[in-house]
Amino acid sequence: MTAPVPRRPLGTVLTRPAVVLLAGLWVAGPLLPLAVQAFTDQWFYPDLLPARWSLSGWRQALGPQSGLAEAVATSIGIGVAVAACATVLGTAAGRALAWHRLPGRRLMELVLLTPVLVPPFAVAMGAQIVYLRAGLADSVTGVVLAQLPAAAAYTTLLMSGVWAGVDPALERQGRTLGAGPWRAFREISLPRLHGGLVVAAMFAFLVSWSDYLMTLLIGGGVVTTVPLLLFATAAGSGNQAATAAIALVAVVPPLLLTALAARQLAGGDTALLGVGR
Amino acid sequence: MTSGVSIETLDHTYPGATAPTLRQVTLDVPAGTRTAVLGPSGSGKSTLLSIVAGLTAPTGGDVRLAGRSVLRLPPHRRDLGVVFQRPLLFPHLTVAENIAFGMRMRGTDRVVVRHRVAELLDAVALPGFTDRRSTELSGGQQQRVALARALAARPAVLLLDEPFSALDPQLRGDMRTLLTDLHRREGTTTLFVTHDRDEATDVADHVAVLVDGDLAQHAPPAQLFRRPASLAVARFLGGAANAIAGTAHPGRFDCALGSLRLDTPHRGPGLLLVRPRAIVVADQDGPNVVPATVTAVTDRGTHLDVQAASADVILHLTTGPATPLRPGDEVSLWLPPTQLSVVGR
Repeated sequence: MTAPVPRRPLGTVLTRPAVVLLAGLWVAGPLLPLAVQAFTDQWFYPDLLPARWSLSGWRQALGPQSGLAEAVATSIGIGVAVAACATVLGTAAGRALAWHRLPGRRLMELVLLTPVLVPPFAVAMGAQIVYLRAGLADSVTGVVLAQLPAAAAYTTLLMSGVWAGVDPALERQGRTLGAGPWRAFREISLPRLHGGLVVAAMFAFLVSWSDYLMTLLIGGGVVTTVPLLLFATAAGSGNQAATAAIALVAVVPPLLLTALAARQLAGGDTALLGVGR
Repeated sequence: MTSGVSIETLDHTYPGATAPTLRQVTLDVPAGTRTAVLGPSGSGKSTLLSIVAGLTAPTGGDVRLAGRSVLRLPPHRRDLGVVFQRPLLFPHLTVAENIAFGMRMRGTDRVVVRHRVAELLDAVALPGFTDRRSTELSGGQQQRVALARALAARPAVLLLDEPFSALDPQLRGDMRTLLTDLHRREGTTTLFVTHDRDEATDVADHVAVLVDGDLAQHAPPAQLFRRPASLAVARFLGGAANAIAGTAHPGRFDCALGSLRLDTPHRGPGLLLVRPRAIVVADQDGPNVVPATVTAVTDRGTHLDVQAASADVILHLTTGPATPLRPGDEVSLWLPPTQLSVVGR
């Protein structure tokens, strides 16, 4: 005996694809004109398509004067350093948060959220004074250190969620079998953290990759990353095609990283993203 | 080499707790023997094991392995094997890699490791399970692998914390037999924590009863049942059904039932304990035979639970299922002197 499948009204059936389509347009929409803009030097309102196609924007963006190659190298270098440091810090802090009944754990979690909660301008202004006094301003090291708190806050929250899914009793068991504390971590817990580590490192890299304010204020114009170059080109040259080309370059690493980490993001660890638990 | 464990005047109070978990616990487990620490939940027995393993630091006292204090040694330097209630197999490793873990940590030669793993898989009746993942095994199989893993590096001492209580009863019996067999092969000094008195007496040659953080008695199982050191021990072992007040003198105990012969070191006021199974329905008079009237008979199928009144004392006894007893019957009950013990009130 089979129950008849109730027919759903057409409106209900169409709602979901419509929402998905609109959301997609909302997110990806701004990128579309960018992709067109990069390949033209004449595109006037209200034309739907440019009057003329051209690669001059790309020629300028990739040419020796633009400094894009150097900016990409600087951005990658800073991003990798921030990702490495933030992931290590986040792994250690996340373990403490997840495994130990620390007094004031909730408070600490709130403190970790401050980079997200406090207006970045306020933080950056304060940081600039401190870094100037410490002699760390105008240097790549200074920029890495300045970007680290925000990135480490993300990795800590993420990793505390991942650690909460690892049984501390397993490491304890390893200790009784002759493994020292570090060895027990490496041999027993670390294999279970893999997915989380990949996602945490990716997040930290992306936080660094898109940072503008800290890099501008601490780097003092000496350290030029892709966002800085992009802003300078947009504000300084007025060359919309070159700006669009640089913007497209800036979008590539996040997309690439997301694609590379897709397996981790889609895996069982996804539930642990965000604040976890 | 297996070695003895000496626990000396061990004290432990958890931070923030008002009452101590362990009080002046002294326990000696000679090399190659098996002692079960038996106690109700909350008696502090798992804490005791955790201190010996080095996972908890005691507030006072000492733990010695082979005569040397190990309190300052971290767990991985104590040369122990520990099996917990949960198997805790490393999920990313195969069965063989799990068993080999302790040897790998000690840098044992690969060929030796392979031989030892095969030998232990045979010993725990899991030959051919080498490359299985722990997640593919049943609970009993996992706990067998955990046992093999704990023994693989030939530790000085094997510690077991309620290792079988998560398994179903049938399996538990098999595991006890397996543990006894393993002990016969390996000879490892074993400290076994359990709340199950049958398990304790089955597996161990000595039983230490822990009640509320105090070590109440440490004795071979038979002596524990026949000569409980206190009413608390007798109660926990189910031997306090008949507790009769009276006064102990050398060679006798005076109470409402008369003057009974027995051998006890106890002097002065105390409680006479006799297990229901130890009381014999007699057919003649003599020493330690008391007249009684049957007041209740309950047929339990395998035996009869009988209550009999004698001089205002209600005695509980069990008899064979075919014993022709009915309420109102006059009987003579023999209280065998070797089965009587006296504890303080």
